[in-house]
Amino acid sequence: MLVRLILKRLGLAALTLLLVSGIVFSIASWLPGDAAQAALGQSATPELLAAMRAQMGLDQPALVRYIHWIAGLLTGDAGRSLANDLPVSDLIAKRLPKSLLLAAFTTAVSVPLALGIGILAAMYRGSRLDRALSIATVAMVAVPEFLVATLAVLVFSVQLHWLPALSYIPDDPSLRQLARAYAMPVLTLSFVVSAQMARMTRAAVIDQLDRPYVEMAALKGIRPARIVLTHALPNAVGPIANAVALSLSYLLGGAIIVETIFNYPGIASLMVDAVSNRDMPLLQACAMIFAAAYLALVLIADICAILSNPRLRGT
Amino acid sequence: MTGCWGISPSAGTAQTGTPRKGGRIRVASVSSSTADTLDPARGALSTDYARHYMLYSGLTQFDSNLTPQPALAEEIQEEGRILWTLKLRKGVRFHDGKPLAPTDVVYSLLRHRNPLTASKMKVVAAQFAEVRASAANEVQIRLTAPNADLPALLADSHFLIVKDGTTDFRTAVGTGPYRCKDFNPGVRTLATRNPEYWKPNKPYLDEIELVGIADESARVNALLSGDVQLINAIDPRSAHRIRSSPDYRLQETPSGLYTDLIMRQDARPTNDPAFVTAMKDLFDREQIASAVFRGYARLGNDQPVPPGNRYYFAGIPQRRYDPDRARFTLRKAGLLGTRLPVYCSPAAEGSVEMAALLQQSAAKVGLELAVERVPADGYWSHHWMKHPLGFGNTNPRPTVDLLFSTLFKSDAPWNESGWNNERFDQLLLAARSAGDESRRKQLYADMQVLVHEHCGVAIPAFISLLDAYDRRLQGYGSIPIGGLMGYSFAEHVWWTG
Repeated sequence: MLVRLILKRLGLAALTLLLVSGIVFSIASWLPGDAAQAALGQSATPELLAAMRAQMGLDQPALVRYIHWIAGLLTGDAGRSLANDLPVSDLIAKRLPKSLLLAAFTTAVSVPLALGIGILAAMYRGSRLDRALSIATVAMVAVPEFLVATLAVLVFSVQLHWLPALSYIPDDPSLRQLARAYAMPVLTLSFVVSAQMARMTRAAVIDQLDRPYVEMAALKGIRPARIVLTHALPNAVGPIANAVALSLSYLLGGAIIVETIFNYPGIASLMVDAVSNRDMPLLQACAMIFAAAYLALVLIADICAILSNPRLRGT
Repeated sequence: MTGCWGISPSAGTAQTGTPRKGGRIRVASVSSSTADTLDPARGALSTDYARHYMLYSGLTQFDSNLTPQPALAEEIQEEGRILWTLKLRKGVRFHDGKPLAPTDVVYSLLRHRNPLTASKMKVVAAQFAEVRASAANEVQIRLTAPNADLPALLADSHFLIVKDGTTDFRTAVGTGPYRCKDFNPGVRTLATRNPEYWKPNKPYLDEIELVGIADESARVNALLSGDVQLINAIDPRSAHRIRSSPDYRLQETPSGLYTDLIMRQDARPTNDPAFVTAMKDLFDREQIASAVFRGYARLGNDQPVPPGNRYYFAGIPQRRYDPDRARFTLRKAGLLGTRLPVYCSPAAEGSVEMAALLQQSAAKVGLELAVERVPADGYWSHHWMKHPLGFGNTNPRPTVDLLFSTLFKSDAPWNESGWNNERFDQLLLAARSAGDESRRKQLYADMQVLVHEHCGVAIPAFISLLDAYDRRLQGYGSIPIGGLMGYSFAEHVWWTG
């Protein structure tokens, strides 16, 4: 059953990606200017523009370019960047691992933290601890990450000189170098994503705690911690997994501010470059990766939900 | 007339202490993206220029007065300023060991004429009628018309010398002070000392890593926390952060950079001479210099040649804020009560603030300007020169001729205001071929007067370039063509850390 569902989902995902690529392509063609104008900037003359456009293949109609791109992608060729003529796959191969590493570190920190906060707040619902955690998480959601990142740099780098202001990873990093380089980016990203996850976890667990079976368990004299961890939590896995997936999907494309402030060469800044250079092949490829990552996360969340809920397993 | 274009002793740097070898620094420039290039012809931003000067050498190079000095061309002779003979320095080698030959120079100069090179200097290169290897170590350039400025033009980063036949710019093989070790567009350029550099004892550093940090406060923070040792394009508002620390130095470079108000001559009412004069009177130039640029600017006088340039004409009285005269002029022309949008954008430095100040002073005399702030993205292709009233921004140009012929001549591609002045065009051609320095000076002075009085371009201020660096970096100075020592810091600085 599960296998069929996954296959069905993968088919739908392929269709979604196709739609996304079409939408991205048409929206991007509404942007003022094209790659030739972006490259020449203030020094564009009609003659230079025409030569550049011919070289980049921009003199062909948009539909032809799109079909050409799709055809290339199906054979595993993502095309060449219009900005620097390097293969798009090379550019992405350099950046994607960095983004994934940052996302992995952030996940490792933020998911346990968020679940901990959420479960704790749910267990002590209405207490001072709960209110304090609520206020803290709302504040974390409300504070923009560029502020968190900039303040962190001012305190830990400029004032205290504890951590580097830029996140540079040497070619052969030691564990200490890695920790120092990733400390502030991970801190900043965790700040943003864990607050959301914690609030959703709290809501999902509380939703279960209000059910009659929990009341029954309490009447049987089971300890609150056990009620939450072995009775309520498994039933809350579905919504929590969804919240986690939504938050984590932010870590690839949404890391742009962190990438900018710490000068971390990830894939979000690659996409921003692609937009400002009107570099369509690169832009399309980045959009595909973000969309695919999002779909994958949602799929995993659904699988978690199904596995944790026997009622869903049969269907 | 035959002239020999001599060698002057000026080195162009503020020397402090004895240079020492070794050390590595990281430099953060203003921007970096996947459009970064190792092709000098395509360089578009300060980061590109700095990278290119690091890896390549030019035929000539600028000193601190923007006077061209010999570089790969050891000696330059000219006949009638139309036929130029360049004697190449001997014993210069490319990074791969190949000796520099005249064919490399011919190739490097002529490739600009091919549209597919997408050279930023294609318009300038159009005046190369013929470039040929005239002897074993000699290149001859015949121009389409006399131009006394050729040595200065050749110092521009776009004309740096590449190896004959180079079309692949994934790496850089030049004759510059540093060799390209790693180039990752949008991430970094890593360069190591070229031990065979043709200048004795130079360069000093072992390694330079050039990165781009687009966010200004992140750039300043990176310097102050010791992650980078040199940064450029500092916002005047951050200058105090650097000045308040004894470990860092601020380098102010007065330059020819300006943000100008463009009054298109092909639209009403901006083509009315009364309107142009009134707008020029409505700029409170002192306030712009002190409030918008925090004093890191010099007053502009609607003449595009900056003070300090050898052709700057000081004889034009400084235009001052004069609302009464503006009101009078506007009333006489029946323009009082006119409503007009003025386009500004962060793309043109300081233009948003300048537009707001202009709006206030215009409102006081009965002119209703609506400030239209548009994003930096796409500004140059979609707004610049496309509205009756809007702002532009011009980087320092290596020569007055280039400034005038690309931005003010009637048929110039970026004739910002669509100005058409026959006399100006004639003077420009006359000055280009003038051999006599004092005559050239006079011609350029007349042209500055014409622009000041009639052109639909108002230049309220010249903006200084601000760099900052770690105190342990020595040998740093100013070359007013741009920040980062005219982008050529790499060969001048040494590290004492």
